[in-house]
Parts: sequence; C-alpha cells; structure tokens
Amino acid sequence: MYAPHTERDVEQMLQTIGIASLDELLRVPAEIALKQKLDVVPALPEYLIQRRFAHLAAQNQGVEYRSFLGAGSYRHYVPPAIAALAMRGEFLTAYTPYQAEVSQGYLQAIYEWQTYICLLTGMDLADASVYDGATALAEAAIMALGASGRRKVLVSRAIHPNYRAVLRTYCDGLDVEVDEVAFARGGVTDYRLAAEMLATKEYAAIAIQSPNFLGNVEEPSSDLTQAASASGTIPIGVVAEALALAALAPPAAWGAQIVAGEAQSFGVAMAYGGPYVGFIAATEEHMRRIPGRLVGKTVDNAGRTAYVLTLQAREQHIRRERATSNICTNQAHCALIATIYLALLGKTGLRDAAALNLARSRELASAVANVAGIRLPYDAPFFNEFVADVGRPARDVLAGLRANRILGGVDLGRFYPELDSCILMTATELTTTGDIAALAGALKEILRVPAHV
Amino acid sequence: MSEAGAIALIFESGQEGRANRYFEQGKPLENFLPRQLLRDELPLPDNSELDVVRHFTRLSQRTFGIDLGFYPLGSCTMKYNPRVNDAIATRPEFAELHPYTPDDLAQGALAVMYELERSLSSLFGMAAFSLNPSAGAHAELGALLIAKKYFKERGETSRDKVIVPDTAHGTNPASAAMCGFKVISMPSNERGRVSVAEIRKVVGADTAVCMMTNPNTLGLFEEEIAAIAAVVHEAGGLMYYDGANANAIMGYTRPGDMGFDLMHLNTHKTFTIPHGGGGAGHGPLGVAAHLVDYLPTPVVVREESNFHLDFDRPKSIGPLRSFWSNFAHAVRALAYLYANGSEGLKRVSQLAVLNANYLRVKIAEFLETPYPEICRHEFVASAQRLKKQNGVRALDLAKALLDYGYMAPTMYFPLLVPECLMIEPTETESKETLDAFAEALAKIVQRAHTDPQALFDAPVTTVVGRVDETRAARQPDLRWRP
Repeated sequence: MYAPHTERDVEQMLQTIGIASLDELLRVPAEIALKQKLDVVPALPEYLIQRRFAHLAAQNQGVEYRSFLGAGSYRHYVPPAIAALAMRGEFLTAYTPYQAEVSQGYLQAIYEWQTYICLLTGMDLADASVYDGATALAEAAIMALGASGRRKVLVSRAIHPNYRAVLRTYCDGLDVEVDEVAFARGGVTDYRLAAEMLATKEYAAIAIQSPNFLGNVEEPSSDLTQAASASGTIPIGVVAEALALAALAPPAAWGAQIVAGEAQSFGVAMAYGGPYVGFIAATEEHMRRIPGRLVGKTVDNAGRTAYVLTLQAREQHIRRERATSNICTNQAHCALIATIYLALLGKTGLRDAAALNLARSRELASAVANVAGIRLPYDAPFFNEFVADVGRPARDVLAGLRANRILGGVDLGRFYPELDSCILMTATELTTTGDIAALAGALKEILRVPAHV
Repeated sequence: MSEAGAIALIFESGQEGRANRYFEQGKPLENFLPRQLLRDELPLPDNSELDVVRHFTRLSQRTFGIDLGFYPLGSCTMKYNPRVNDAIATRPEFAELHPYTPDDLAQGALAVMYELERSLSSLFGMAAFSLNPSAGAHAELGALLIAKKYFKERGETSRDKVIVPDTAHGTNPASAAMCGFKVISMPSNERGRVSVAEIRKVVGADTAVCMMTNPNTLGLFEEEIAAIAAVVHEAGGLMYYDGANANAIMGYTRPGDMGFDLMHLNTHKTFTIPHGGGGAGHGPLGVAAHLVDYLPTPVVVREESNFHLDFDRPKSIGPLRSFWSNFAHAVRALAYLYANGSEGLKRVSQLAVLNANYLRVKIAEFLETPYPEICRHEFVASAQRLKKQNGVRALDLAKALLDYGYMAPTMYFPLLVPECLMIEPTETESKETLDAFAEALAKIVQRAHTDPQALFDAPVTTVVGRVDETRAARQPDLRWRP
C-alpha cells in the first residue's frame, strides 16, 4: 500500500490527535457503514503482480500478428529518447502547473506544443490539449455553436465514425442536431451537396476530415468554402492521422477556422485505445471560446521571461456553469510525448516519415490490387490507408487472414453497411515488404476459393 | 533571444538538415501526391538528439513533481506513483495493442478491464462501472447525460435542475451546463455540511440530480448523507457522487450504501496513476442497477471464460471518446488494486485520514483552521487573520512554501472559506515529512508577523519569481512565431 507508517508512528499520531483508534477516526453512521466483504482482486507481493500481468499480457496475441490496422490509431516508430525524457519523475508526477514558479519547465513544454500544433495546422493558436480526436471535434463544434448562436452542425459522413458518434453524444446533451453529408462516389465528401445544405444558414459548422476515414485526401471545392463563408458557417478541419500534416497542405489552406485532431501518431502508444491526445487549434477570433488550458508567455517580477496558465476566465474553476467547457484534467503528458517526438524528428524526420508512409501504402495498394477479385474502389489520392473491395463479406476475408496470423485491416461494413465487402488497409513506415507479401499471398489463397453465397 | 537564465525555445535552436537518422531518406513528396495537395513549407526546427535530450532534461529540472517533494495539493490526492505500475502498463503486449484488435486476440486487455470494473463495483457499491471516460469531469458529463436520457425516457423532461453545494468542484456546474441543466447552488451550514433542512428547500419536482462529494471539499464527512439522499429520491431525483475524495472512505462506507445512483472515480487520484502534469486522467463512471443500460459504449462483458466489447446497447448514451478507455491507466489502476487487496485499501484510507488529522492538529497551533474537528483525507486552513493583521494572504504563504521545497496546497478553494489553503497529505507521506512541513509553515507564519515583505517577495529560490499573470491575460502570447 506504499505507506511508510510503523505501528509506533500510528500510535504517536493518534495520541497527538487525541483519538483512541483508527476506526474511531473513520467512523461513519451505522446505517451507511460497510457491512459485507469486498470482492476486490487479492493482494499480491510485487513480484507476483508482475507475474499476474505477464500472464494476462500473453493473452494479447494480436500484438504478434502482421497488422494493417489503422483507422484512427497508428503504429509508428517511436525513438527511445522519448520515454527516457517523458518518464522522468519531474514530468510524470507533476500536477497541472498551477504554481508557475516551480512549473516553468512543463509550462514551456506546453507552450512549445501549442506552437507545434499551430505550425502544423496553419492556425493562430492551439490549446494545451483535450482528451482525444473525437472529443476535440465535439469541443470544436461547441465553439462554433457558441460563436454562431445556431443549433445544428453538419459533418461529413467520411469523418471517423467514432468521432461522429462522440459528437452525437455531446450534442444530445445540448439538444443540438447533427446532420451528415454523404460522401460521393469517389470516396470524398460530396462538396456540392454540402454547399446546398449550408445555404439554409442553419448550421453553426461544417466539419470535414482529411485524410478522411476512407483514407482519401479531401480537397474541399471553392464552391463549398464560399458557401460556408456566405452562410456564416464555421469550417472545422478534422485530423485523425496527424503525421499527414507533415505532407499535406494544412486545413487552413481550404479555409478551416478551427482544427480538431488526434496526435497519437506523434509518439504516443496505441495502448488499446488510450490515453491519446486531442488538440484544438483556431484562428485568432476564436481565442476566448477555445476550451481547456492555455499557456502564455509573460514576465516575472524581475522582468525575466516566464510562462503561466492564462485566460483562465474561460475555465470551469473560475467560470463554473458559464465556462467554455468542463474540461479540467487534459492529456498533458501525451502532449509532452508528442512535443518531444516533433522535436526529435524535426522537419526532415517528419518529411521522411511521411514519404515512407506514402511509399509503403502505395506498395501495399498495388500488391493488393493485383490479387484477382480485389478492386480499389476510389482513385482519390491517399496518405497511408485506402479501401480495398474484396468482392465478398469483408468479415469472412478478415477471418481467413487471421488464420494466417494477419490482421488485414478494418471491416468497413461495421460502420457503412453498403461497404460490407470493403476493408480499410493501412501501411506505415513500419510495414515491411515481407508483411505486404504475406498479406497478398494469403488474400490470393482466400479469394481463390469461390465465396459461398 | 531569451534572457539570461531562461531556456531558449526549441524553435530558437537547430539548423535545417541537422536530422536524426530514424528513417532512410524519403523520396520527394511530389512522387506520391499532386503538387496542389502538398504543403508549401514545414517551418519546424531540426535539432540533434543530444540537443533535444538536453532541452527536455533541463525543462524537467524546472518542474516540481511528487518525486521531488511533498505535494499537499488538496482534492488532488498526490500520492506516490509506484514505478511497477508503469513497468506493467508499458509492456509491449499492452502498449502495442491496436484498439481494433479482434476480441479473441485481446483477451488479456479485456480481462484487465473486466477485473478492474468488477473490483471497483464492489469497492464502491455500484452495479457496474464504465471505463470509458477520460477524466473526472468527463465522467460527470457522462453521468449527467445518463440522467438526462433516463428522465427523458420516463417522460420527466421538466427535471432541468442540478443541485450543487457551494463546496463542489468547479467541474460539477460546468458539466451540468453542458447537458442543458440549470445549476442551483446550495449553501453549507456553519458546520461546513449540507443539512437536510437546506436540501428540502431546494429539492422539488424539477430536480434532476444532486451532485455531492463525501467527504466534501472541506474534508468533512456529510453524516446526514443517507437522509439527504432519501429527500432527493423522494422527489424523484438522482444522487451523484463526485469521487475525487474517494481516498477517505475505502473499507468503511460506499457511495452505493450512502444512496448514490451515479458516481465517478479519479483513478489518477485514489489509485496512484501519475498525473503527468495535468493528465491523462482516467475517470471510471459507476451506476446503480437501474442505470446500467445507459452506460457509455462499449462495455466489457464476460461470457463463460471469454471477454468481449459490447457495442450493441440500445439505451446507451453512446461513446464519450474515440476508443474504449484510457487503457494504459486501467492497467496501472488494476496493478495498484493487486498491491493492496481490500484490506490494503482500507489501510490506505485509514492512514490518509490519520495523516490529514495529524497535520491539521499540528497546523492548528499557529494557523486558523475554520472547522476544528476530525477531518477525513484533507482539511482547510485560512490566512484570514494573518491578512487582517499583516496583509499576508494565502497566496503569500503558498509562494513561501515553494522556497522550502514544498508544493503549495490548493489555494482559494473551496470558495466559501476566505484565504483558504486546502491541504491533503495522502497516506504515502511519513510522519517525519509531515513534521518538517508543519515546522516550515510555522516559520513562515512567524515571518508573516516579523517581516511580511519577505513573504510578499517569495519565492526567491525558484528559476523565476512571481509571474505577471495580468500581462499574460491582457497581452496573450500563446505561441512562438517564426
């Protein structure tokens, strides 16, 4: 239990307090006192705790398979220097930097994170982090609702299904409607339809993800951006694969005023889904609506450069029910990891990583497209993932691949019933030629046998 | 250029092309994508690995964590973060597991979540927990969404009020507002508690939820909690337990036994997950039996000896986050439960309360403690008298403590105590540490009488002195610009 007390300590302390026993100190009224035995996992000494978890860990066989999974969580190379730095106790065991004088290091690191996010997204400012990509989208929508006073938001159906689901959860609370705009045949948002929908002037925001959930790079038309501007709708750019920002024109380029995204790709472990790190960046005009913590640069009483949490009048501990968000604890440590990652890779490393993702995913796409029975339905440019139509239930094909110790990708039928013969496949810099050959070989075998209808 | 003593920003160092060779050189991006889709420039610095390591090592040296010293930050439960938990959570079989791994190939991860969920349910008297929320405030939001949906399905849409005592955490009213509820603040009585009489005044047919924490943020146990819950339930409302202070009750009572229908935990408080400078947190959301169907998706279920993620829950409020849980933190929390078992957890609460009362008694010798009675895991002190006598405020005491190598207590919270210092020592601190802290604070209070200016000038041993927060807010500089 990690407490240092000896029996003698306890006795002396009870005496100082002037109370007879620990039970007396913690006594609660009889009607609510614990009566039954608790069913908690048993106490074990440390070496047996390690053994217990080694046993559990061994049952995650998925980590040993060749994997083409992505879809919002990406396997990228993580330099060991990141853990060596981020796991330093000073960072790991600090609380939110309320006392600036003894938190200058962490505050500066967050200021650097805010800057990196601005530079990557093309925005003017960024917050200290939010929980993840999905909640970033929800918080961005709330910013737009507040700015416009409208009660509806429009999102592309090609946004990550989990992000859209979380947006709905949040919007249910606010009694706000979420409408979706379909993706066109080419696998990108139907810009023309979106522009028509905006003409109603009912939407606070339109959100578009790029690369979208189908892997395709979105290139919103000038008609759409003009429709947004003419209707007073705030364009929100969504980013689920942050590494793509190293290659692609930033969301600011097509007019996004708010960018909501996920930075897991920057050195954060996949860890079965978390913790990750969401970010929100925006143009200057949205500064006072941005949720969560912000670090600002200022001076101390001797005029020296200093960093501090600022614009706190937006936050829940000051503003209570009138706050821009209820967020308190954020994802600071994951943001620190991402900042170190970006510092280590730099411009050159990020470009190289992006180029490798582009190259390997194209190698994968061409190997898969060469398998008889498989077709790539979209010809839009992609970053590191794409859709493969296997011409029969994707679920069955993925099961066949699993028998070959391959996780072939994500079954899109799970999210889009009309795409139930489609698999979302991902290749990163860590995908090998051997992985690709194994997948293509197994697919050939599986698809050689006619599908039973 | 930075002033002497300041550390240059990472953007102010490096040279283009000073690259670390993590990857082979990539082909030009134009080989893969049309020119108009590519960005024109990527204005990020290239630094050598050594320079980056030095930069962040130096930043770490300007950051105070539990590992450096006593961290008595009230309501934050800054206890020791056992290193074994990190060793386990960063095992590759956990860290490299993709969230879309098929259930049958992620049985170990699902077992971790299941064991944690079952243990928490028993420990706090709830029917079930969701491990979905990312932090306490996130779980509050989830709980209020559950309440909203529950009342909607019962046709009780006129229930639009959430009752929050004046001792509540700021997240409570903010979360309520995000669900469209109106917030009713309820004063505590002269003993720092919510009284049955007071709750009767505010409860009615429009009450949706009453949010409380017990012990409250004054560190005091709400003895009338069962009667309060009965009043709220009689009116048809739900009771919500803010679990930020759960470190005080384990093995003695449970929110379920007190009459709460919904609750959250901050496993980054009670269960030793490192705060990491403000997150990531982990906020399991517990519910009584009548609300289980509304929990966020997915839920881990057990069928015979197999576990799976259940997304097919028609009454659910839906997911609160991209993926299932802050899973690495679930691993840490479960490892901590294994280190304790139910008896160990009871001992944790005993010693946390013992430490708080011991420190309270020591500090009461020289500083006002507005509620001089047995407290639980934390207590409040006040600098109100000092302020009247010498102009020395809670802030000045807090800053002076930094010069002694301690983190300052939570300041100016709860709001109802003027010049408040809220102190939570936790059970992992030794008697010697508490004695030394009390002695340092006594010296500071002494100094307040003899030389108040010295406290207004504190801290003086830190890398910067008091920071100009007004300038930060009036002339926002939130990023470096090329």
